[in-house]
Amino acid sequence: MKPKLILIGNGMAGVRTLEELQKIAPGKYETTVFGAEPHVNYNRILLSPVLAGEKTFDEIVINDRSWYDDNEITLHTGRKVVSIDRKHRVVLAEDGTEASYDRLILATGSQPFILPVPGKELEGVVGFRDIHDVSRMLDASQKHKHAVVIGGGLLGLEAANGLLKRGMHVTVVHLLDTLMERQLDKPAAALLRRSLEDTGVNFLLEAQTEAILPAPRALAEEPPRVGSIRFKNGTEIPADLVVMAVGIRPNIELAKSCGIHCERGIVVSDTLQTYDPRVYSVGECVQHRGNLFGLVAPLFEQAKVCANHLAEYGIGRYQGSVTSTKLKVTGIDLFSAGDYLGGNGYEELVFQDPTRGVYKKLVVKDNKVKGAVLYGDTVDGSWYFQLMRENTDIADFRETVMFGRAHMADSGREGQSVMGMSADAEICGCNGVCKKTIVDAIVGKKLFTLDEVRAHTKASASCGSCTGLVEQILAATVGNYDQTPKEKPMCKCTEHAHDTVRAAIVEQGLKTMDAVFKALEWKTADGCHSCRPALNYYLLCAWPDGYKDDPQSRFINERVHANIQKDGTYSVVPRMWGGLTTPNELRAIADVADKFKIPTVKVTGGQRIDLLGVKKEDLPKVWGDLNAAGMVSGHAYGKSLRTVKTCVGSEWCRFGTQDSTGLGVKLEKITWGSWTPHKFKMAVSGCPRNCAEATIKDFGVICVDSGYEVHVGGNGGIKIRGTDLLCKLGTEDEVKEYCGAFMQLYREEARYLERTAPWIERVGLTYVKSRIVEDEEGRKVLNERFLVSQQTAQVDPWAERVQGKEQELFQPLRALA
Amino acid sequence: MNDWLPIGTLDDIPRLGSRVVETVFGDIALFRTAADEVFALRDRCPHKAGPLSQGIVHGKRVTCPLHNWVLELESGAVVAPDVGCAQRFEIKLEDGRVYLARS
Ligand SMILES: Cc1cc2nc3c(=O)[nH]c(=O)nc-3n(C[C@H](O)[C@H](O)[C@H](O)COP(=O)(O)OP(=O)(O)OC[C@H]3O[C@@H](n4cnc5c(N)ncnc54)[C@H](O)[C@@H]3O)c2cc1C
Ligand code: SF4
Ligand code: SF4
Ligand code: FES
Repeated sequence: MKPKLILIGNGMAGVRTLEELQKIAPGKYETTVFGAEPHVNYNRILLSPVLAGEKTFDEIVINDRSWYDDNEITLHTGRKVVSIDRKHRVVLAEDGTEASYDRLILATGSQPFILPVPGKELEGVVGFRDIHDVSRMLDASQKHKHAVVIGGGLLGLEAANGLLKRGMHVTVVHLLDTLMERQLDKPAAALLRRSLEDTGVNFLLEAQTEAILPAPRALAEEPPRVGSIRFKNGTEIPADLVVMAVGIRPNIELAKSCGIHCERGIVVSDTLQTYDPRVYSVGECVQHRGNLFGLVAPLFEQAKVCANHLAEYGIGRYQGSVTSTKLKVTGIDLFSAGDYLGGNGYEELVFQDPTRGVYKKLVVKDNKVKGAVLYGDTVDGSWYFQLMRENTDIADFRETVMFGRAHMADSGREGQSVMGMSADAEICGCNGVCKKTIVDAIVGKKLFTLDEVRAHTKASASCGSCTGLVEQILAATVGNYDQTPKEKPMCKCTEHAHDTVRAAIVEQGLKTMDAVFKALEWKTADGCHSCRPALNYYLLCAWPDGYKDDPQSRFINERVHANIQKDGTYSVVPRMWGGLTTPNELRAIADVADKFKIPTVKVTGGQRIDLLGVKKEDLPKVWGDLNAAGMVSGHAYGKSLRTVKTCVGSEWCRFGTQDSTGLGVKLEKITWGSWTPHKFKMAVSGCPRNCAEATIKDFGVICVDSGYEVHVGGNGGIKIRGTDLLCKLGTEDEVKEYCGAFMQLYREEARYLERTAPWIERVGLTYVKSRIVEDEEGRKVLNERFLVSQQTAQVDPWAERVQGKEQELFQPLRALA
Repeated sequence: MNDWLPIGTLDDIPRLGSRVVETVFGDIALFRTAADEVFALRDRCPHKAGPLSQGIVHGKRVTCPLHNWVLELESGAVVAPDVGCAQRFEIKLEDGRVYLARS
C-alpha cells in the first residue's frame, strides 16, 4: 500500500509542492487535497489583471480538474479542514469528510488583515485575496461609484488600478507619507504617485482611519452597507466599497488548534517540517528562521525543498531567499529588490532622467550590489538582481553599471529591451525561436520557469546566449515572480551547483564518478548527458594522474576525436603548429583526401586544414596515414586547446616587432592536449596591426617593440567579446608562464562549458589579475600544476587509436546481409 | 515466433555505450546500460536522423549527439516535450550472448 499524503490548502505553494513531487517521485503517495475555496488551483498573483479586466478567470487557472485526475490526486474543493487528530493521523473537514494521512502538508496561506475599526463588518468592506473578493469588487463596481482602498502597498495599488479601470472613482488611503514604503525609496515613491495620479487615482496620505460608517438603508431587510469613512482628523469621504489592503496574517489557527508550534506563523525547519516531523508546512502560513513570506518566489523554492524531502531525497535545504518585486499595473514600470534603502556604510548610485520619467538607484557595498530600485526603465532589473544574487564584483564596470547591460563592453543581445521587440523577432538563434512562439508557449502551456520554457520551445536551450532575453520575456509575460534560486543546480540529476560539486570533489577526495554520485546523493543512477561530461572534466582536472577518463561520458566528438557532421560523417583536422605546414604535410593531406575519397578540404578560421566527410570506419586509417607524415590530432573537436593562430611577424613582415610565429609554435607545443572547461583558442600577432586577431581569443599576445601585451577573455562566436588587457611582459619565458597559469586558473575555476569571456565577466578581471599578475608565488604554483597535468595529457589520441585502442568502436558489431 | 540472430557478446558493447549492426535497411544501434541491459533501436534519430549510437547513454535513455533529443531505450519514444519515435527491435540476452530478433 502506498503511504497517504494530505495537502490542506489548494493554493499556490501547496500545489506547487505536489507538482514538484510528481516530477521527481510520481505516484509515490496516495494524495488527497482539501481546499476551502470552491475552485481548482489558480494563479493568485494574476487576480490583479482579472480585476482590471485584462484576464479572465479561466486564463489564470494553473491546474484544471484533469491535472488532478491524471496524477490520481483526489481533490475536495469547497471543504475547509476544521480539525486534525495528530494521534490517529486523521483530518476532518467542515462537512464531515474525513481522511487519514502518513504525511501532511499545511499550506493554508494567509488572509487579509482587517483593521479593527468600527464598521469593519459592514457589507461592502472586503479584503483582496481570492476570486470571491474579486467578484464582490466587480459587483460593487457595477452598482456603485466610490471606492476607497486602505493601504498604499503593492496589493492596494493594484486593487486601486483595477477598480479605476472598472470605472470607479478611487481613493487610496495610506498611513504613511510615501507609497510602497517596503519596496521603494522616497524619490521612486513620489514618481509612482505622480503616474498614478495622472491615471486618475486620488491619494490621501498620512491618514488614519477611525471608523467605517453605514449608508442610509432604503429597505429595512437589506444588510447594512458601507457609506463613508471617517478619519482621525475628522474628515469624512464617501465610500460604497472599502478594500482593506493593509497587510496579511498567516492562517495558523488550524495548526495551533492541533498543538503544532506556531509563533507569528507555523514554525518550520530548513526541510519545511513543523515540530511534528510528519507534518510539513509551506507558503505564506510558515515562519522560517523568524521570517514570514508574501511573495511566491521563496514559496516555490520551499515547495521544491519540501517535495525533495517527501520524495526521500533529503538533500535539499531551504535557507531563505532574496526576492524582488514588480508592480503589475499596466503602463507603470517598477522594480525593486533587496536592500533598497541603503544608509549606514552603503553607497548609493543614482541615475535620474526626469523628462523620461526614469529613476534608478543601486545600493552597493564593497563593490557588490545589495539592492535596487528602478522606475520607468526596468529592462535591467533582472540583470541587477542577478548581480545581487551572485554577489558579483562590479569594480570593473562600476562606471557604466547604471546605464545597464547594453552599455557593457560586450554590447550583447541581452541589452535590448525585449518588450520593444516585434513578435517575429528571433530570440534564440540556435533553435530559430521567435518572440511570439515563446510568449504563446508561456501563455498557452502556463509555463513558469526558464527550464519549462526551454523544454517546450527550446529557446535558450542550446548555446544559452539568449537566456537573459528569455528570462525577460518570461518575467514580462507572467509577472516577475519565479526567480531562479541563488545557485542553479548543475542539472536535473542534482540539487548542487557546479561550484559546490567541484569543491566537494577536491575537499572530499572524490576520485570516481560513482563516488561523486554517492557522496552528493545524485538523484539518478548514472547522471545524464549534461552532468556526466561536466563531472568527467572536473575529475580529470582535479586528479590528472589518478582519474581514468570515461569515454562514455564524453560527447561523441571527444570520444572519436573528430567532429561529427550533420550527416553522421566526421571532419578531421591535423595539428599544424602555429599554422605552419610543409610541402610534405600538404602532400600527405592530399593523398589522404584522394585515398579515402574525402569530399571537402577546407582551410579553417584558425589557420588549419579541415578534411570533411570522413566515414567513421575510415577514421583510424586516415589518422594512421596522417601520423605517418608526422601529424597529430588537432583537437578541433574538443573542449580543449584548439589552435594558436599567428601572423608571420618579424621574420617576414616589415612591421613585425617580435617572432610571433615562433612564439605561437612554442605556446602550442606547451598547451596542446590540455582539456579545458570549453574550447580554448590563442593567437599571437607580431605588432599592434594584429593580423592574427589576438584580441578575440581566450589568450592573445600582441608583440610590441618593448615586449608582449597579454590579452585574455575574448571570443568570436555568437556574442563577440574583445579581450581585456591582462598585463605587459618583457620576455617569451614570462609569456609562457603567464599562459600556463592563466589556463590552469581557468581550468580549475570556470564551470564546465563556460568560456573564458563569461567566466571573466562573472569573477571580474580584477580577480584574475590578482591571481595571475599580482601574486607571483601563486602564478608559479598554477603554472606548475598546469605543467604537471600536461605530462599525462599530451598523448596523441590518434596514434593510440591507430595502434588499436578502442578499434572496435569504429567498426560495426556485425554486418547482416 | 521470433527467429533469433546471434550478434555478439555483451562484452563487445561498452557499458553505457553502443555498437551498431549494419543491415541492408540501415544501421541498428545496440545500447548497453549501467545495469547490463541491452536495447536496440534504429540508428536514426527521429529529429534529423542523427546517429543515436554516438549519443550518451544514461539510465534507460540515450541523448542524440546532434541536438540533444532524449529517447527511451525501451520503447524508442522521444522524451517529452519533443515528439517522435525510433523503431525498436527485440533483443535477447543469454549467457552473455546477444541475439537480435529477425522480424
Ligand atoms: C491580488 C494579489 C496579487 C499578488 N501579486 C503578487 C506578485 O506580483 N508577486 C508575488 O510574488 N506575489 C504576489 N501575491 C502573493 C501571492 O499570491 C502569495 O504569496 C501566494 O499565493 C501564497 O501562496 P500560499 O499557497 O501560501 O497561499 P494561497 O495561495 O492563499 O493558498 C492557500 C489556500 O489554502 C486554503 N485554506 C486555508 N485554510 C484552509 C483549511 N483550513 N482547509 C482547506 N483549505 C484552506 C485557502 O482557501 C487558499 O486557497 C499576490 C497576492 C494577491 C492576493
Ligand atoms: S600583426 Fe603586425 S607583424 Fe603581424 S603580419 Fe600583421 S602587420 Fe605584420
Ligand atoms: S557558424 Fe559554425 S555552427 Fe554555424 S553553421 Fe557555420 S560551422 Fe556550423
Ligand atoms: S538529429 Fe537527433 S536531436 Fe537532432
